[in-house]
Amino acid sequence: MQDNSNEGDISDRLSPIERKIVPFLSLSFDEILSKSGLDEVSIIRGLRLLENKGLLKLVINKREAVELGTNGIYYKKNHLPERQLLSFLEKNGHCTLEEAQKSSKLSENEFKVSLGILKGKAFITLSNGKISLNATKEEIIKKSLEEQFIDSLPLYIDSLSPEQKFAFDNLKKRKDIIIVQTKSSIKINLTESGKNISGKVFKSDLIEELTPDMIKNWSKQKKFRKYDMSAQVPRLIGGRRHFMNEAIERGKKIWLEMGFKEMSGNKAVTSFWNFDALFTAQDHPVREMQDTFFIKGVNGKLPDDKELVSSVKSSHETGVHGSKGWQYEWKKSEAERVVLRTHTTCLSAQTLASLRKMKDKRGKFFAIGKCFRNETVDWSHGFEFNQAEGIVIDPKANFRNLLGYLREFFKKMGFSEVKFVPSFFPYTEPSVEVYGYNNIKKKWMEIGGAGILRPEVTVPLLGEYIPVLAWGPGFDRAVLEQYKIADLREMYENDLKDIREKKIIL
Amino acid sequence: MASVKFPRKEFEKHMKLNPEIEKKISMFGTNLESISENEIELEILPNRPDLLSLEGFMRSFKAFIGKHSEIKYRIKANEKNKFVKVENSVSSVRPYTVCAIVKKLSFDEDKIKGIIDLQEKLHSTLGRNRKKIAIGIYPLDKISFPIKFEARKPEEIRFKPLEYDREMSGREILQKHPTGKEFAHLLQGELYPVFVDSKENILSMPPIINSNETGRVTTSTKEVFVECSGSDLNSLKKTLNIIVTTLADMGGEINAVEVRYDKEKIITPNLSPDKIKVSLENINSLLGIELSEKELSKLLPKMGHEYSKGNVSVPAWRTDILHEVDIIEDVAIAYGYENIVPEIPQISTIGEESEMSIFKKTLTHLLVGLGFDEISSFHLVKPDEIALAGIPEKYRLELENSKTEYKFLRPNLMIAAMRTFAGNKDNEYPQRIFEMGTVFTPEESEKSGIKETENLVIACSPSNFTEIKQVLDYILKITGLEYTLKESNSPGFIDGRTASIIVGKKSIGYFGEMHPETLRNWNIKMPISALEISLDDLYSLIKNQPK
Repeated sequence: MQDNSNEGDISDRLSPIERKIVPFLSLSFDEILSKSGLDEVSIIRGLRLLENKGLLKLVINKREAVELGTNGIYYKKNHLPERQLLSFLEKNGHCTLEEAQKSSKLSENEFKVSLGILKGKAFITLSNGKISLNATKEEIIKKSLEEQFIDSLPLYIDSLSPEQKFAFDNLKKRKDIIIVQTKSSIKINLTESGKNISGKVFKSDLIEELTPDMIKNWSKQKKFRKYDMSAQVPRLIGGRRHFMNEAIERGKKIWLEMGFKEMSGNKAVTSFWNFDALFTAQDHPVREMQDTFFIKGVNGKLPDDKELVSSVKSSHETGVHGSKGWQYEWKKSEAERVVLRTHTTCLSAQTLASLRKMKDKRGKFFAIGKCFRNETVDWSHGFEFNQAEGIVIDPKANFRNLLGYLREFFKKMGFSEVKFVPSFFPYTEPSVEVYGYNNIKKKWMEIGGAGILRPEVTVPLLGEYIPVLAWGPGFDRAVLEQYKIADLREMYENDLKDIREKKIIL
Repeated sequence: MASVKFPRKEFEKHMKLNPEIEKKISMFGTNLESISENEIELEILPNRPDLLSLEGFMRSFKAFIGKHSEIKYRIKANEKNKFVKVENSVSSVRPYTVCAIVKKLSFDEDKIKGIIDLQEKLHSTLGRNRKKIAIGIYPLDKISFPIKFEARKPEEIRFKPLEYDREMSGREILQKHPTGKEFAHLLQGELYPVFVDSKENILSMPPIINSNETGRVTTSTKEVFVECSGSDLNSLKKTLNIIVTTLADMGGEINAVEVRYDKEKIITPNLSPDKIKVSLENINSLLGIELSEKELSKLLPKMGHEYSKGNVSVPAWRTDILHEVDIIEDVAIAYGYENIVPEIPQISTIGEESEMSIFKKTLTHLLVGLGFDEISSFHLVKPDEIALAGIPEKYRLELENSKTEYKFLRPNLMIAAMRTFAGNKDNEYPQRIFEMGTVFTPEESEKSGIKETENLVIACSPSNFTEIKQVLDYILKITGLEYTLKESNSPGFIDGRTASIIVGKKSIGYFGEMHPETLRNWNIKMPISALEISLDDLYSLIKNQPK
């Protein structure tokens, strides 16, 4: 609201609608409606604008009003059925029920109701199928409470007299005679400055919308109407990225800044890449239908590199590089089964294998991608999730370096304080779980797993043992936190309102 | 991962809990989940099943914090007549068993619960839900040696299973007993394995259930017979070691048992340590620290190992030592992760985004600039959606086992766009959306049998042919590609208002105005026009343009 007590200033600011209303400001809302020539919506908008200028105060009361229903409107014109029956009886005296119904032209239902009412008032008696009229002339002429009530509508429920209340209750039980509607009554309370300008007529030679023509013919005498800075404007809808992809973009930036190269690859892969190459024994529970999506009717094939395949096989069966291996019979058919990847680590495995023939195998790689698990969907779980993953291949890399990378990485993710705790992952050794201190929740939270890939993994893939540092920060959970999303399902709902209005994260 | 709960009272008989001990518990790799008045809950990682019992945990943890008591277990020699005969009939069903006898026990309720918990946790972790390992423990006074491990036809098996007071046949147990039903899938052959004593009493039918007569340990039990049966002899031996050392820590005396296979006899359990070689150099270079030989010889005993000049003796209950790196991790834990100073090496590498990522990002900026909202949808679609999309059977890729209503890999992105419009009827129009993502089609020549393509879908509602053609034209012009349109009959679109998009001689996609029947099928009330193109094709065409 602005303080615009100065009349001249106010006249500079009045919009065309306001100008049309001001001359009638001392009148009631309904009078303004009939005199200003404006419709109800425009008047309310104009009054709101005037209210913003501190000229008046609108008091809007919601009240329940009784109005005529469709039958009510008809009966008001043609009398209530009981009146119609009474008039008929007055003319015809005694008659049978059948005659009365036929001749009075009432529907069966109207007739029944009317009989009941007249009986209740002791105006008539029924015997042997005959009606006899007992009411006096005065009684007949006098308008009933219901009739009076119908004549006086509309009325507000909270202002009914006891008689009206009685009639209201009776009529309410009957079909469509009256209806109750919530009505807003609008009262205009003028402020001092409002009273000052009320009734005045303001000239309207102020410029509203600037046009090219005005620019061409500009003269200094012309004046603009001053706008209300706080007036509401219609909301814009712009194009927007999905918030999950915004988050992925931010995630990628961290890896790129740290000098990592992006890996990409298929989402449907053979178990060979998803499990076997990562030293996951073929009887491991994660390879059961319970946890992993298998795809029907497709034939997976192992990589063409025979040496690679046989090295993975012996890694499982007898071990490589001094390992004992898992000591079981490795089956090709099991490795050929096609799955939806359960982690992006299968991309790391493929990347390592692609370096097999190279002389200099050093490198830093990352991926952020969709992974899958066979789960039902609830607020915290889904069958799809994003995983981030990075690897560093370097003959000189060590566990201390891993912790160094992790500290730096998570600092960029917003965790200034981290701690490292022993952990276990099937394809890394040593393994570590990273905890980050959440400043808002004031507690330590698991933020990612990491480790150095086992020789049983790297030797078959790279053809020699080179330490490979690997880590996979939790991704979706962090995004939920950033956007304050309570239910994971929101991520895939594609509610356009939600996508359009998501707050930006820097 | 398994979480275990120990009675706090029992735990504190070993050591009082305090903040320092609590921190040490976590830094030992056993995350402290919670402590209450009565219980302490730990998370035990899958590589350390030997920590699943309070006794096993205390044995290792005391060494870790330096409350070291020398751990030596004696095994009394096997008695001649107390042997177990393994019949050839089990070789195709459940080929191995290893056994032991433990005497001089005095159980209380806590200890019985502890040993049952351990047994169950071992079943579900190391035992792969009893498939790989099943454990049976029997009061010794209820059974008579020698014992046979043999396989029989289900009708020839009759005994009272635990919790039942009447005899059942092998098949009946699988059909009627709750545990039988739960694990019935593990016995699907014609023969079921059983342990039978010399009086022809059936002791158990592994991996399902013990006999009610002979398979119940109580507080009055002083001596037990333990067997582990399964498919992998090595894991069975380790499991037996974990059980008997836990019983020994409860005060028991371990006695060996001879197990007679057809061709050889083995004496179990065997608690002699495994030997593995390590090099100080490897340890230091992998961890990035500088330990001396002397320091190493102090660290390894903290993890229960013995060390002497490059040779490590690994306790017989450890299941997770396959390679030198496993010892190196133990060294790191003993050294303390918190004592290793993080250090990032100063080597420079250049970060690089994939070409496809860059291409997609560029297009995204264009589309967002045009006022399109990006959607992000599941890679899986529902059966009715794939049917509505008119995808022929041979192009469908179905999951074998989805637990949700989403059962197919998505063949296109149009389905996602339609689903989005159907779900956004209450939101403000116009709705202009796009998505980029992977779609899947069967392709024999691929290693996975599946071709994956990056696609782009753009769709507007309410909208018409002209609007979507404008968008298409804008994108293709901006990429510098010349294109032609060939009227086609894409399913779901209005005939005469849909076309293939041809660049060179290749069709890279289609666009058009959606047919009202399609819209009604999706329960959509507003007109839609849409296009879908292959980003892989588009990208390679742009790359191969003459300069």
